Amino acid sequence: MLTRVAKLRQQSTEKKPTISAERALLVTEIYSDPAMQKVSIPVKRAMTFRHILAHKNICINPGELIVGERGPEPQACPTYPEICLHSLQDLEILKNREKIPFDSDEETQSIYAEKIIPFWEGKSVRDEMFRQLPQEWKDAYEAGVFTEFMEQRPPGHTVLDDKIYHKGMLDFIREIETAMKSFEQSGATAKVEELKGMKIAAEAIINYATHHAEKLETLANFEKDVARKMELEKMARICRKVPAHKPDTFWEALQYYWFVHVGVITEVNPWDSFNPGRLDQHLMPFYEKGLAEGTLTRERAKEILQSFWIKFNNHPAPPKIGVTAKESNTYTDFALINLGGVRSDGSDAVNEMTYLLLDVIEEMRLLQPSSMVQVSKKNPDQYIRRFLEITKTGYGQPSVFNTDAIIQEMLRVGKSLADARDGGASGCVETGAFGKEAYILTGYFNIPKVLEITLNNGIDPKTGKEIGLRTGDPVHYKHFNELMQAFEKQMNHFIDIKINGNNIIDCIYARMMPVPFLSVLISDCIQNGKDYHDGGARYNTSYIQGVGMGSISDELAALKYHIFDKKTISMEGLLHALQNDFKDFEEFHKILINDTPKYGNDNDYADDLTRAVFEIYFRAIDGKPTARGGVHRVNLLPTTCHVYFGSVTGAMPDGRKAWTPLSEGISPVQGADRKGPTAVIKSAAKIDHIRTGGTLLNQKFTPSFMQDEKGITAVLHLIRSYFRLDGHHIQFNVVKADTLRKAQQEPEKYRDLIVRVAGYSDYFVDLTDALQEEIILRTEQMNGID
Amino acid sequence: MQSKGNIFNIQHFSVHDGPGIRTTVFFKGCPLACWWCHNPEGRGSEIEVMNGKTIGRTVDADELLEEILKDRIFYDESGGGVTFSGGEPLAQPAFLKEMLVRCRKHGIHTAIDTSGYVSKASLRQVLPFTDLFLFDLKIMDPVKHLRYTDVSNVEIIDNLQYLLSKKARVIVRVPVIPEITFTAENLNQIATYLKQFDPVPEVNLLPFHRIGEGKYNRYNIRYKLNHKKEPKQEDLVLQISAFEKAGIPAKIGG
Repeated sequence: MLTRVAKLRQQSTEKKPTISAERALLVTEIYSDPAMQKVSIPVKRAMTFRHILAHKNICINPGELIVGERGPEPQACPTYPEICLHSLQDLEILKNREKIPFDSDEETQSIYAEKIIPFWEGKSVRDEMFRQLPQEWKDAYEAGVFTEFMEQRPPGHTVLDDKIYHKGMLDFIREIETAMKSFEQSGATAKVEELKGMKIAAEAIINYATHHAEKLETLANFEKDVARKMELEKMARICRKVPAHKPDTFWEALQYYWFVHVGVITEVNPWDSFNPGRLDQHLMPFYEKGLAEGTLTRERAKEILQSFWIKFNNHPAPPKIGVTAKESNTYTDFALINLGGVRSDGSDAVNEMTYLLLDVIEEMRLLQPSSMVQVSKKNPDQYIRRFLEITKTGYGQPSVFNTDAIIQEMLRVGKSLADARDGGASGCVETGAFGKEAYILTGYFNIPKVLEITLNNGIDPKTGKEIGLRTGDPVHYKHFNELMQAFEKQMNHFIDIKINGNNIIDCIYARMMPVPFLSVLISDCIQNGKDYHDGGARYNTSYIQGVGMGSISDELAALKYHIFDKKTISMEGLLHALQNDFKDFEEFHKILINDTPKYGNDNDYADDLTRAVFEIYFRAIDGKPTARGGVHRVNLLPTTCHVYFGSVTGAMPDGRKAWTPLSEGISPVQGADRKGPTAVIKSAAKIDHIRTGGTLLNQKFTPSFMQDEKGITAVLHLIRSYFRLDGHHIQFNVVKADTLRKAQQEPEKYRDLIVRVAGYSDYFVDLTDALQEEIILRTEQMNGID
Repeated sequence: MQSKGNIFNIQHFSVHDGPGIRTTVFFKGCPLACWWCHNPEGRGSEIEVMNGKTIGRTVDADELLEEILKDRIFYDESGGGVTFSGGEPLAQPAFLKEMLVRCRKHGIHTAIDTSGYVSKASLRQVLPFTDLFLFDLKIMDPVKHLRYTDVSNVEIIDNLQYLLSKKARVIVRVPVIPEITFTAENLNQIATYLKQFDPVPEVNLLPFHRIGEGKYNRYNIRYKLNHKKEPKQEDLVLQISAFEKAGIPAKIGG
């Protein structure tokens, strides 16, 4: 790594995230302008975007090759009061909380007290949501049956395709003009207003680049170092060219993307940040051209990429509070770079750029951007061996995805073959047609909690509140089927509440918070004259993310096995044990843990229940319409929500003690899988991944296992086998429990220790205590003598 | 009627007992009592209770086959299969043969990990159904062999010769125990002996690990190995090149 890259990297990783009031002030300023009352909402949003970009600080860091910061400087995070207004108390919590803090100075706090809070109180999207959502939704939300993604951040959650590498913003503006003319003729006023907004936004990003060019020119004038002076002049020329025009060089392509990135995350604070997607595919033509013309070398390309990588790491996820912080407690903002897979024509997409990017990932070893590798049956083993060399160092990246399954998932729901092949996974594991789809995560769903409510005849035992249906006292069930039927009724009940809420929230965002800039970028918003938040994209999907598949499988298996089959205990007895959190039931608790069928052991007794729960969940959600003209789909992932959901769920029949974490993703309950990774994979593959929009499987290996070629080869075959069985995704932690224990004792010595959490990697010492414990308890896969 | 056998463990995702990803089935009962044995609970041929824990179970062929077939996709993908180990699998020849025949019928690669201290008749029986023999060759000197394993090696060497003469695929496995098997004298004798065959069988050096020790304490078995030295990596590497110089393909690990 070159010294200047190392320096930028160090600055990025060592600087503590802070809150900047810059954006909040600019938004407040323009919303206060009386002229703004007279324009349509899309135009108002576009003018807000323009106002922020025109007046924010232009930051150029010494030595960097890619420019543009969301805040006034790296790690200075803006806020979005029009969406979620932080109170002074929130700022205090953010400042002082032990994990994932955001510092704020007195000036910021007084700006909030005097200007931001008085103006926005009661006016944010969040306020509007909580005014409109019905009581039953609030009850279920407060009980922890589900979470709500849109409560502090807008939908977002999309990835870019290759269009910006072929078109400049001026080309987009021409497309907007054409569409506008045809809608003007037909009198579609709302569409014309939306397109006006898009045009203003596209112009705003060009001006934003020009501001950078001007500043770069000034810096070049004062620069003493001749080489840097020439570099600054070149960067200025790049900023005058892109994003107005299409890029012609490698450097221009990356700078163009970065302006777009900053634009998307400045317009609003979307889930998850934003992401260039199939970067090796996008960059390869520029790379080849540069090498052929002699204007680029591999080393220079690498340096520009490293500078690009640091830009992602400079941008923590905007501060989250309350339940949202619990479900996604990290600075990571889930920009997931995709490598490999197949090209639009179905051929092997692994190329020289894939390997160069893997070198960058390995060398940079940053939390952001996240990286993943798509593995198709067409990709060579050599490629898998290369990324496993990175995985084995314990960094948790890249995570591994099955291209062939992802394509089938998209074809099942009617996307075109070319769009499916050009897509991939983003965020943690979510499937999407890049550049053409709004695929929104709407919230996590606590499946075990619904069983708990079923076992209590509609009452949440934690609060004593009746929030579910009266499906009957379970002590009267004669057959296990009756219990399953009651559980299904409760599942449908809560999922209907969640879907109803989603539709209310969809309408609020479509009306109050259009995103004209993002709409320029995603097909076919321009042609449809419709906003990204209003169903303008080619495909529109809303996901509800199921949590606790391992836990629910084991809970149902324990009920079936001990109450109905073996009659080890009566239902009353079991419920009594749960109420007492197994106190005075120690022997029975041991039986539950050791002598009960468990998911993750390739045992059909338990795994058939996994299948049954999947079918219930799928039937309740798949194909249900959304308010913006899309459909609901399922996926199965937790981020950090299995810890939060566990903290609101009492003792359960699988022997899990009250308030402890649930299983994560589709992984088995921590420690319940006792037959090694092949059995875990077989169990996990019994879920029909093709009918999901993503599943998440974690495996933990001891470092010694992956030490030699034999271990690497075995893991390669494990991946290939899982993918033959249509598995969607697998990721690896390569670390010893012992190391993690030491890191708990002496965190200062383990500052750099990175682990895989759920859909992302994080510094181990930044995780909450509960999450640290959960990761330690995950089963360590090893082999014989390891 | 299908036969039954006694086993004490099934290890899925084995990568050190033959090629690819394997399922290793540990048969209960072994005629040897090697000082360094890391499966001492597998010596007795009957199901037994050791320090409160039941060791071993009786399985029938159907049940065991079902368990082996579960990981079929991994064998297919990796070129793996099943390995019968122990204990000494050939100490239950009828059951072993039935398992081998059944696995063969399903196209699964079969390996036997043997001490070689078995009857020739049993070897003859399983030979047609076995793709690979992992054959332990510990000490060439018969007196020392007797001292450290409780049996002499005459029969073992004879059986190895038999398998090689029948052109069976054999990998010779030498446990590396410093000062006992890992001596210049013993290794030279092994090399001299193996060189005479055509083709020369591959040798795998299996480094001694101290992890077996815990089991001796847990099951109250006397641990006779007085030193607890693990071999040095550089010595192993030197030995591999010595074997290779002698024209014997060799590597560390199974």
